[in-house]
Amino acid sequence: MYVIIISGGRIGYYLSRALLSEGHEVLVIEKDATLCERIEDELGSICMHRDGSEVATLDEAGTGRAQLFIAVTNEDEDNLVACQIAKHKFNVPRVIARVSNPKNEALFKKLGIDVIVSATNLILEHIEQEVPTHPLTHLLELQRGELEIVEVKILPTSPAVGKSVRELPLPPGSTLSLIVKEQGVQLPTSDTILEAEDRVIVVTKPDMEKALRAVLSGS
Amino acid sequence: MKVVIMGCGRVGAQLAAWLDNEKHEVTILDINPRSFARLIPTFKGIALMGDGTDEDSLRKAGIEKADAFVAVAPDDNGNIMAAQIAKHIFNVPKVICRIYDPLRAELYESLGLEVVSPTTVVAQLLKGKLAKKVK
Repeated sequence: MYVIIISGGRIGYYLSRALLSEGHEVLVIEKDATLCERIEDELGSICMHRDGSEVATLDEAGTGRAQLFIAVTNEDEDNLVACQIAKHKFNVPRVIARVSNPKNEALFKKLGIDVIVSATNLILEHIEQEVPTHPLTHLLELQRGELEIVEVKILPTSPAVGKSVRELPLPPGSTLSLIVKEQGVQLPTSDTILEAEDRVIVVTKPDMEKALRAVLSGS
Repeated sequence: MKVVIMGCGRVGAQLAAWLDNEKHEVTILDINPRSFARLIPTFKGIALMGDGTDEDSLRKAGIEKADAFVAVAPDDNGNIMAAQIAKHIFNVPKVICRIYDPLRAELYESLGLEVVSPTTVVAQLLKGKLAKKVK
């Protein structure tokens, strides 16, 4: 697969190394000469020393035949513009953008960027998971954010303790998919009883999160 | 008319002065407060330190009630992003975006942005002047 990566910074470097080792054809476009040289020294001549948000650059890079286009610079606006050019000018089937400011996620989504990776949110989610009192953790987004998989910890004070799955007034569009108990993982049936300290994995919609939290953890 | 301008460079400050003289309600944003020295001393609008590509800064500048938004910061990509925020997130009725790179200007025009590309405008002007016979 031909993959174009904008930015040869730390993320771009490790990403291209990983993709190369999987046998993909990779081109990195980096406007900083020093970074470009470092990539060429370590990974071979796969780096183009140009501005990746210039239409002319992307034309020269053969963006029209790229199957995947990934923009991971530190600047959200550069990632957005590079991805929009790749998508609308060169019809790349899948464009991925990194966002640093989580506020920009909604905008990028609205403007049709296929995949948005928010490092800030990812770090937050990982830390959330490690905070013992935090009842709800985001695990994964599905269908471009229309659905999500979350993990909810059943606290001893939760109204769900002692109830069977059938009795839980789960909000619409939410499916209890898995229960992680101390003894191990269980596929829930409608008769499964929830206990304190269980962790339940739920597929839900982002706007149902609050209702879900009320049912499962009472907060 | 309520206008929010992003970028208080020569163009932004000049536009702000003209609109202000015509009694329009102008808010001008710049990330560097020193840029506001370019505003005319009689400027009655609001000069606000802030980043036009940041939704909260735009909100503070009153983008939700603005009739128009003009992006004239030095960086093309910043202008493009800010203009798209104004258009698609805040639904500002009139959004104008300066893009120096003619190819990017063309693309974003085709995507529905109202674009001014000084590069082509000035080059055309110069070419026109060169074509005139020397008196």
